[in-house]
Amino acid sequence: MTPDENQQAETTETPAPAPGATDDVIDDHELSSAPEDFATLVEQGHAPAELDPDADAVLTVKDLKMYFPVKSSGLIRKTIGHVQAVDGISFEVPRGGALGLVGESGCGKSTTGRLITRLYTPTGGSMMFEGHDLAKVSMREMKPLRRDVQMIFQDPYTSLNPRHTVGAIVGAPLAVHNVVPKNKILPKVQELLEVVGLNPEHYNRYPNEFSGGQRQRIGIARALTLNPKLLVADEPVSALDVSIQAQVINLLQDLQREFNIAFLFIAHDLAVVRHFCPEIAVMYLGKIVEVADRETLYLRPHHPYTQALLSAVPDVKQAAIGGRRERIRLEGDVPSPINPPSGCRFRTRCSIAQDICAKVEPPLLQVGARHKVACHFAGELAEHPATPVTADLLGVDDNGDPVPGKSGSTPEELSQPGYEDTWFDVRTRRMTGAGA
Amino acid sequence: MTTAQTSATGTPSLRGEPILVVEDLSVTFPTEDGPITAVQDLTYTVEMGKTLGIVGESGSGKSVSSLAVLGLHDAKSSRITGSIRVGGTEVVGLSESQMRKLRGNRVSMIFQDALAALHPFYKIGGQLAEAYLVHHPDASKRDARRKAIEMLDRVGIPQPDRRVDDYPHQFSGGMRQRAMIAMGLINDPSLLIADEPTTALDVTVQAQILDLLQDLQREFDSAVIIITHDLGVIAEMADDVLVMYAGRCVEYGTTKEILTHPEMPYSWGLLSSIPDVSNETGGRLIPIPGNPPSLLSPPSGCAFHPRCAHRDKVPGDLCTEKLPQLTPASSGTAHIKRCHLANPDQVFRTEVLPMIAPDLAEEIR
Repeated sequence: MTPDENQQAETTETPAPAPGATDDVIDDHELSSAPEDFATLVEQGHAPAELDPDADAVLTVKDLKMYFPVKSSGLIRKTIGHVQAVDGISFEVPRGGALGLVGESGCGKSTTGRLITRLYTPTGGSMMFEGHDLAKVSMREMKPLRRDVQMIFQDPYTSLNPRHTVGAIVGAPLAVHNVVPKNKILPKVQELLEVVGLNPEHYNRYPNEFSGGQRQRIGIARALTLNPKLLVADEPVSALDVSIQAQVINLLQDLQREFNIAFLFIAHDLAVVRHFCPEIAVMYLGKIVEVADRETLYLRPHHPYTQALLSAVPDVKQAAIGGRRERIRLEGDVPSPINPPSGCRFRTRCSIAQDICAKVEPPLLQVGARHKVACHFAGELAEHPATPVTADLLGVDDNGDPVPGKSGSTPEELSQPGYEDTWFDVRTRRMTGAGA
Repeated sequence: MTTAQTSATGTPSLRGEPILVVEDLSVTFPTEDGPITAVQDLTYTVEMGKTLGIVGESGSGKSVSSLAVLGLHDAKSSRITGSIRVGGTEVVGLSESQMRKLRGNRVSMIFQDALAALHPFYKIGGQLAEAYLVHHPDASKRDARRKAIEMLDRVGIPQPDRRVDDYPHQFSGGMRQRAMIAMGLINDPSLLIADEPTTALDVTVQAQILDLLQDLQREFDSAVIIITHDLGVIAEMADDVLVMYAGRCVEYGTTKEILTHPEMPYSWGLLSSIPDVSNETGGRLIPIPGNPPSLLSPPSGCAFHPRCAHRDKVPGDLCTEKLPQLTPASSGTAHIKRCHLANPDQVFRTEVLPMIAPDLAEEIR
């Protein structure tokens, strides 16, 4: 018997040594390969997550910016420009809730996730988390905060060290942060493996012995190790097969309820985001163009980009009708973030753009109880107004030229994180509120 | 041999006659751990101007079966039995030189990862021209270049006369995929196999590429096989659907039939594991439990039985002991399924649909 086998045999004799954790172990999707009947299986599946409107914000991001320098080639590498990956975004993540971040590749959604976990140092803005500004803290001050802010990575094949055992991978955060004595690490690791639906006896296996879905569970277990309050999930299911995707999403929903974890859920799959997140922000070229609760965003989007994005998703329900859905065609590619278009960044591909769009940047304006949109011509599909709704607020005329003697707010002042009780109604062009 | 030669050089098949006929196809790879049967007893046909969608998880044999159509399996390390006829030409057992005349000419393929499929050291135009010159030995280089520019223009690349001299890395992801499609269509093939053509792309670009594929199919009247795991793409693109599991066809029929009245629990599982993007929600996300089986030792009986939640509705140990045959579904003849369930349509309507799409279930009732 090799030492490894010996160790494994020992743990087999004393199973589940996790103190006080055995009773709240979550439904084990992976181990129960033979479900009794369909009703049991249905119990494991979850309906879409609900929005809690009264939850306070666990993370408040304000005017966050990340510019990556572009260097010239040659011996002296001068900075010749900046990639404006994230350019002044503001949002809130509710405690125990989930905010979805969607957009095309290159829109800055992954950069946002990496800024919040401080894998990058932001160029500007603030990220308030539990009284600390994550944008300003030093690396030394960040270390204790990392317990509360963790990340799940996209690719389970490259985000796990192939030369470390699962036990070492999942236990590393415990050792780094000295939360439990060395001899208590293993039981805690086994408890975590059980929580994410893996066999706790597999702690001394290597990542290559697991399938894609199982590896993603290992990544999730590692992120859960320190009981985080906020999890940044960067495309957590896009590398997985469809059936395995559903397993992992159900697991994340279980964990969210169980441990009251807030999620910033970054994904490009609009269907998955709709299921997991009660609230969704849409990004385009480093800016948030629309934030809203699920119903508003998917059924009554006000921004032309959101409308185009939603119409592009192929729909299974179309099979009943046959042929292809009517869709809004976006021409061309996303412009370069090194030299983004002036004013509204979407205007180069927008079908309703006018002069004002090139001159003035639209603010992310609150237009509903939980709905913000950054467009001069915000309105439902095919009902976009003929004149810019934002002109009065910004103190400009309909062509975007400043009106003398009229003072307006800057786009920055109008784009605040969180929601107010009163908002600007795009139909009446007046401030209204829930009470009015 | 003579028939093979004449058809390889291009006798047009009659309209409506299947351009591709696959019969009892099995592909086995010998490995150190024993033979792996990646595809078993697969039978399907594709007619001119039609689109067949193949769905299944990774390892279900969907790519292996279409690579066999192109004769891309090494004869030394694989054993292929059954019959594949492309426009009347038997592909199984065809010599490499004969195969080369067919490949890229009458049958061509679009691969998933365009960056990996295009050669990084050669210009886009050069790679397109090569594909043309191989099958048109009489054409001059200038003709080939003109043809390449024409094709790039056809697939919607702006300024094709300038972009033809670009290298693949200078193209964006969507443009590379367009270039791949241009290369696949440059010899006007009768059959185009698209292996996950849009998986790596954003939804807006995906929509552009799917539009393009559909327009080109109409124009060239070619048959298309589209391999994907995205049922939404299938719903909008395919005329027929083939659902594969563990190397076997488990359900086959028209797209409308398969996606609205599926009669095999695996197809139900696929439908219930994708969240809905358009309708009012409330439906649950019900995963398929467990993992795809190992093909080294596939489960006895129905390969899906270890993951099937409807096994209790079948009397006795039928599911674990006997492989179900492909039988016509209750709803019609254009739909076959491999399942022991006696009343699958009823189970789907009363049990599965109310859980995943409550609003749809109401409508039907």
